[in-house]
Amino acid sequence: MDLNLLLARWQFGVTTVYHFLFVPLTMGLSVLVAILETLYVRRGDMAYRKLAEFFGRLFLVNFALGVVTGILQEFQFGMNWSDYSRFMGDIFGAPLAVEALLAFFMESTFLGLWIFGWDKVSKSLHAASMWLVALGTTLSALWILTANSFMQEPVGFVLRHGRAEMVDFFALLGNPQLWVEFPHVIFGAYATAGFFVAGISAYQILRGHHPDLFVRSLRLGVLFAAVFSLLVVVMGHAQAVHLVSAQPMKMAASEALWKTSPDPAPWTLFAIPDSANQRNYLEIQIPYALSLLAYGRLSGSVPGIAELQQQAVARYGPGDYVPPVGVTFWSFRIMVLAGVLMLILGIYGAVLMWRKRDLGARRGFLRLLVWAIALPYIANTTGWLMTEIGRQPWVVTGLLKTANAVSPTVSALDVGLSLGLFTLLYAVMAAADVYLTLKYVRLGLESTEAEAAPVVGVEPGVGV
Amino acid sequence: MDLNTVWFALIVVLFVGYFFLEGFDYGVGILLPWLGRSDQERRVLLNTVGPHWDGNEVWLITAGGAMFAAFPNWYATMFSGFYLALVLMLLALIVRGVGFEYRSRDGSRRWRNTWDWLIFVGSLLPALLWGVALANLVHGVPIDAKMNYTGTLWTLLGPYGILGGLFAVLAFTLHGALFLALKTEGELRDRAVGTARRVGAVTTVVAALFAVYSYFATDLFQKPGFLPGLLVVVGGLALLAVRPMLDRGRDGWAFVLNGVMIVAAVATIFLGLYPNVMISSLNPAWNLTVYNASSSPYTLKVMTIVAVTLVPFVLAYQAWTYWIFRKRIGVRERLIY
Repeated sequence: MDLNLLLARWQFGVTTVYHFLFVPLTMGLSVLVAILETLYVRRGDMAYRKLAEFFGRLFLVNFALGVVTGILQEFQFGMNWSDYSRFMGDIFGAPLAVEALLAFFMESTFLGLWIFGWDKVSKSLHAASMWLVALGTTLSALWILTANSFMQEPVGFVLRHGRAEMVDFFALLGNPQLWVEFPHVIFGAYATAGFFVAGISAYQILRGHHPDLFVRSLRLGVLFAAVFSLLVVVMGHAQAVHLVSAQPMKMAASEALWKTSPDPAPWTLFAIPDSANQRNYLEIQIPYALSLLAYGRLSGSVPGIAELQQQAVARYGPGDYVPPVGVTFWSFRIMVLAGVLMLILGIYGAVLMWRKRDLGARRGFLRLLVWAIALPYIANTTGWLMTEIGRQPWVVTGLLKTANAVSPTVSALDVGLSLGLFTLLYAVMAAADVYLTLKYVRLGLESTEAEAAPVVGVEPGVGV
Repeated sequence: MDLNTVWFALIVVLFVGYFFLEGFDYGVGILLPWLGRSDQERRVLLNTVGPHWDGNEVWLITAGGAMFAAFPNWYATMFSGFYLALVLMLLALIVRGVGFEYRSRDGSRRWRNTWDWLIFVGSLLPALLWGVALANLVHGVPIDAKMNYTGTLWTLLGPYGILGGLFAVLAFTLHGALFLALKTEGELRDRAVGTARRVGAVTTVVAALFAVYSYFATDLFQKPGFLPGLLVVVGGLALLAVRPMLDRGRDGWAFVLNGVMIVAAVATIFLGLYPNVMISSLNPAWNLTVYNASSSPYTLKVMTIVAVTLVPFVLAYQAWTYWIFRKRIGVRERLIY
């Protein structure tokens, strides 16, 4: 592989994975903060306002990084992938522009109002502005995933003038891939925020910091974690079923299924894929399970890599159409494992609540919840790795290869330089983010007072 | 007017909005370490743009998205061509945005000072680089038959590009100083007015130099039709009127007049460019135009419907938040952040 292509891919991977560490949390957390603030407005209970402010601060610290890293994402297509932009601009640009017009303006404007408007607008308008931020982030996800879904499964286009041209805008919005991908991502984001709120509330209760207040956000967080972990698994299954017909090669790679499976197909729980020899070592298989995963029934064989490679050669000409099997296989498994653990923890918490047990007294469960904050992050990251790496060598399935998408005039030196600079800066920003998050978690509800302390002669500000 | 021209006009509007709005918050960022002598004063300065800067930046994001959607070849050529300049700008925008959000979140002097300087650099660099970029758009850059930029970062940093960058930095700094004169009170306002006078004088000189240089280096003035010429006159007069307004204490007018100058300058550059979007210095036949760089008619139509539906709402609620935060801010106010 050419060095500039390799570096451009690394840069896109690093910056996208990093961006997506902050996005799901803030998408979900905006909803939870909006709920907490609405409870305050409706019941007039200051406890909910304190909780809304506390989690609002954590939201802002993470939102800032999501926004600034998102700017790079938008320009990176033109910078590093100019031939992709020329080929795909007619289709890809439209959702991106709508995202900015419909979502980013709403998000940024009403977030500004929320941060600075505590004393300037009415309570309900203030709460409403956080709901609008939440709506904005969700719409933003819808439009960016519309663009991404086209890359997985092109619809509503013709090839004309050497590029993909849009002929049916509504086909893009009705893309079957979008309607398994978007709910999966959204539910994953809400589950992420659920575990975040539950875990941090659990930590506060464990150290005896306002346990009476934090048990309320704990219950809300656990409820979110339970409901959305369940939904994310349901949609994940729907996506897998869709994958077999839409992108069979990605399915085969994520299963390390070198040869077409027998009928019924067993699911490989563990294996060490060996791409060079097209075989697996140390396979552990569960009978019937792959048929169930792929088709939702106990029969049916799943096409393997060798057969799909032959089909691809017949259709697209000579070439290697097999994605990196090891990465795809393992990222899929890690995602599923994290998702299952989330589901078990969430359901267990929900059952405790259902039986009216005192969640705040279950110290073992609370300790687990603190550690469980990491689970959705692992699942989100590995899920995207599987989706994007499993699509290789295509950048747009069946239409454009990644190798043909890269900017022809940007040198490896330039990309290497920018990759180094962005990685360095992102590391420093991550350190600042973690530092502030830990600081606010440690300060707990007193962080409002602590924030304005160094400035003499000024009343502590409400809010941020 | 065909849809290609409509979309060119819309992108110009987005850039004009971006430079007018974010111009002043870049200016405030540039002035932050110099005008704010105490921590409290710096908080006042930051709070004048606090509720708005993020929304202002979305004008740039939208302009970028619109370029991608309506003129993918323009987007591809410019952003891959100006690669390192864009990398610098993005690094700047990242530290600046994080700075706004993080700077007051820790009490230590070192933490706040570091972020204040990062906000300064993060505001200065984009202002400079956009000036350089726009100047190069009208001046022409090496673009080959395949629409690929063949120069380097240094190609952009010729004397005309540098002068354009300098002009942008000064115009935005003045814009920021005038905005602060309008939004603060007491000693801080007096200092902002003083700064506006000094920066205004230098800006006027550099603006004149830039206009003269443009006459020789570009065909901005050779274009048929009187519109670009008229805009230059309007912009020049507006800039000259800033000082008298400031002397009469009409802060609002002074700010608006400098804004008119910025709008006129940006509009002149884009009108001079049309129907090209990028000029090839190698061969006029290789220019990118609103026709050879554009999306398909269908996409342009869909995008037009979307824009006509959404833009009025965006303008309405953005204007409304400026109205909510219309009051001056003083050091005695309850400060958030």
